[in-house]
Amino acid sequence: MQKSLHIDPVKCTGCLQCEMACSYEHTGVINPSRSRIKVFDFEHEGRKVPYTCTQCADAWCMNACPVDAIVINALTGAKVVKESTCVGCKVCTIACPFGTINYMADLGKVQKCDLCDGDPKCASACPTAAITYVDADWTGLDRMRSWAAKANTAAVAA
Amino acid sequence: MGWNRKVLRVNLTAGTCTPELLNMEWANDYLGSRGLASKYLISEIDPKVDPLAPENKMIMATGPLTGTMASTGGRYTVVTKGALTNAIACSNSGGFFGAELKFAGWDMIIFEGKSPKPVYLALENDKAELRDAAHLWGKTCWETEETIKRLHQDPLTRVCSIGGAGENGVLYAGIINDLHRAAGRSGVGTVMGSKNLKAVAIRGTKGVSGIKDFPAFLAATTAAKKVLADNAVTGQGLPTYGTQVLMNVINEMGALPTRNHRDVQFEDAGKISAEAMHEKRPTDGKAHLVTNAACFGCTIACGRISKMDETHFSVKNSPKYWGASGGLEYEAAWALGCANGVGDLEALQYANMLCNEHGMDPISFGATVGAAMELFELGILTKEQIGLEAPFGSAEALCKLTEMTATGQGFGKDLGLGSARMCAKYGRPDLSMSVKNQEFPAYDGRSIQGIGLGYATSNRGACHLRGYTVASEVLGIPVKTDPLATEGKPELLKAFQDATGIFDSAGICVFTSFAWTLADVQPQIQAACEGDWSMEKLNLVGERIWNMERQFNLAAGLTAKDDDLPPRLKTEACKTGPGKGVVSGLDKMKPEYYQVRGWTPEGIPAAATLERLGL
Repeated sequence: MQKSLHIDPVKCTGCLQCEMACSYEHTGVINPSRSRIKVFDFEHEGRKVPYTCTQCADAWCMNACPVDAIVINALTGAKVVKESTCVGCKVCTIACPFGTINYMADLGKVQKCDLCDGDPKCASACPTAAITYVDADWTGLDRMRSWAAKANTAAVAA
Repeated sequence: MGWNRKVLRVNLTAGTCTPELLNMEWANDYLGSRGLASKYLISEIDPKVDPLAPENKMIMATGPLTGTMASTGGRYTVVTKGALTNAIACSNSGGFFGAELKFAGWDMIIFEGKSPKPVYLALENDKAELRDAAHLWGKTCWETEETIKRLHQDPLTRVCSIGGAGENGVLYAGIINDLHRAAGRSGVGTVMGSKNLKAVAIRGTKGVSGIKDFPAFLAATTAAKKVLADNAVTGQGLPTYGTQVLMNVINEMGALPTRNHRDVQFEDAGKISAEAMHEKRPTDGKAHLVTNAACFGCTIACGRISKMDETHFSVKNSPKYWGASGGLEYEAAWALGCANGVGDLEALQYANMLCNEHGMDPISFGATVGAAMELFELGILTKEQIGLEAPFGSAEALCKLTEMTATGQGFGKDLGLGSARMCAKYGRPDLSMSVKNQEFPAYDGRSIQGIGLGYATSNRGACHLRGYTVASEVLGIPVKTDPLATEGKPELLKAFQDATGIFDSAGICVFTSFAWTLADVQPQIQAACEGDWSMEKLNLVGERIWNMERQFNLAAGLTAKDDDLPPRLKTEACKTGPGKGVVSGLDKMKPEYYQVRGWTPEGIPAAATLERLGL
């Protein structure tokens, strides 16, 4: 079963526990500036939005990479950067329509979400279930359901 | 280890920024943040120094848990000698600034001297420089933050700053970070302004790497987060209603000081409560509250984000106040509302936004307006002196007076003195509801006896956050005590005061203590920090911090006489509610408290106490 990260911004409080967990998992340091998931704060609207790679099935970054440094993890379906192969050309950062693969100048490599080998730490760190790791086929189903609940067909019939 | 072991010393007179190693011996004795910064301050300044003289210093400090996944681990503390209080000042703030300081590789910044011209500190990891702030001086906290982010071309820079209140010498000016988080009390922003320091801008990309035992730390922080999530207050009440959950509760208790403490119940409390913030307005069909929000690392998320009614008289011509903004929290809603008898939620949020925008403590400001309104009703202050009619309950007067104080206009200058100095100026010092010149927060010291003793003995002047006995006396945490009883309150207060010193010094939020005891904090500190951090030691460190602060205040010239409540609380009984007919039993509790503390009847720590605490 393929799973994917499911993000519900309405539930996000902006605590950044996800950024801490992500950065620690990948670097051994609690360092939000190194997180592969970012929470954006639209302060004048009172909205916080976590954002990260959606693991496109036909991934722009992977197709663009001239040295095949981006590979598919067969277990999770994640598109993973092989740091030893990456030459830091940044073509993938241009190709990605969402901006979720990023260049790190001090390392000379790019980084992106790799789903933590199937146990994404951002999801387990999230205190409000704004970030969950769900069956990929179910993505959006909860939202469909909540809209379905609002559909008042009785009023139309009357 | 939890510390970065690095201190940045900024000499504003000379314009230098010098890195130093953190004194680890002191870190071992005082933990961090409040405790450790106070140790530094007390070791470096003359206790009798004028708070606004260049010889005073101001320290911004993190704790060992700041910038970690410990829930609420985003706090920093500003420690200095307070402009309002002439006592040790220690104002704690959340938001994201504190964690950023830690991520830049520092534990604290010590500011000393006075810059010859306005400057701000730009700190990016190891690089620190003082930059000209002539273009920022005169700007609000909100404009300053926005301008610096644009100037640095980095929206992720975290900024704290002072606004007009700090620049103009309002004695309860605060320091605002992340737009609406404040190191608010005791005039720490006034001290910052006196040093010509406008702002501190930090970008930290180094992170926190030195957790002693990370697997143990993760286990401890995860377990502690579950305690918060499972607790009714931290898991449900605070995220849903914020601190404002208290408004109706405290009103029912007859402990909601109203109209400068003339009354203890406010007839309009329901209109300015958490529940009211959730209700849809008749004007635009929208609720005041937009969402809750968390500070860095906080899994409680009590923060309120609201949008005002655009048709309200205060903002109808000012679209800049129409966006989402912080507030209302309980303390601000009480001080701006109940203390003045104002039951207009929108007016309170407008005044609250001005306090954030211009860098002003809404508690001291609101309570000072309450005193001015009483002086007006008594005919001591006239319409001509104030510039407007200012009876209790006037939302128009509140809004106008907030504008005048924030910008230093007219009678706003008098309000900027705080209630103690203002009431003394007009011949009625008894009408200032304050201790050590600092105004009471939102609980009445008559119908909640323990908090009254807490106000009187707090090292930073009247304050609820130095020993929140309300938790026990009202909410039954950890055990229920009778709010009207004086028996046992000295012991209860001491326990709260000492434990709070650890929460503050660790770099976490004291609101966790609704659910956590020290036993929940201890494993987190132990896993993060080198050395022994047993319960026994933490209790000792908490008590040591309290006594150290006390010693500073005594050396600064304060005495047992300053541990007192205004005559109103000791002679005018509560008129209504469960505490009807009751006055504060301070005079009975205070000698017992000194005894429990191991102090002499004059309130001086006895030699044996100092020795036991290693002071």
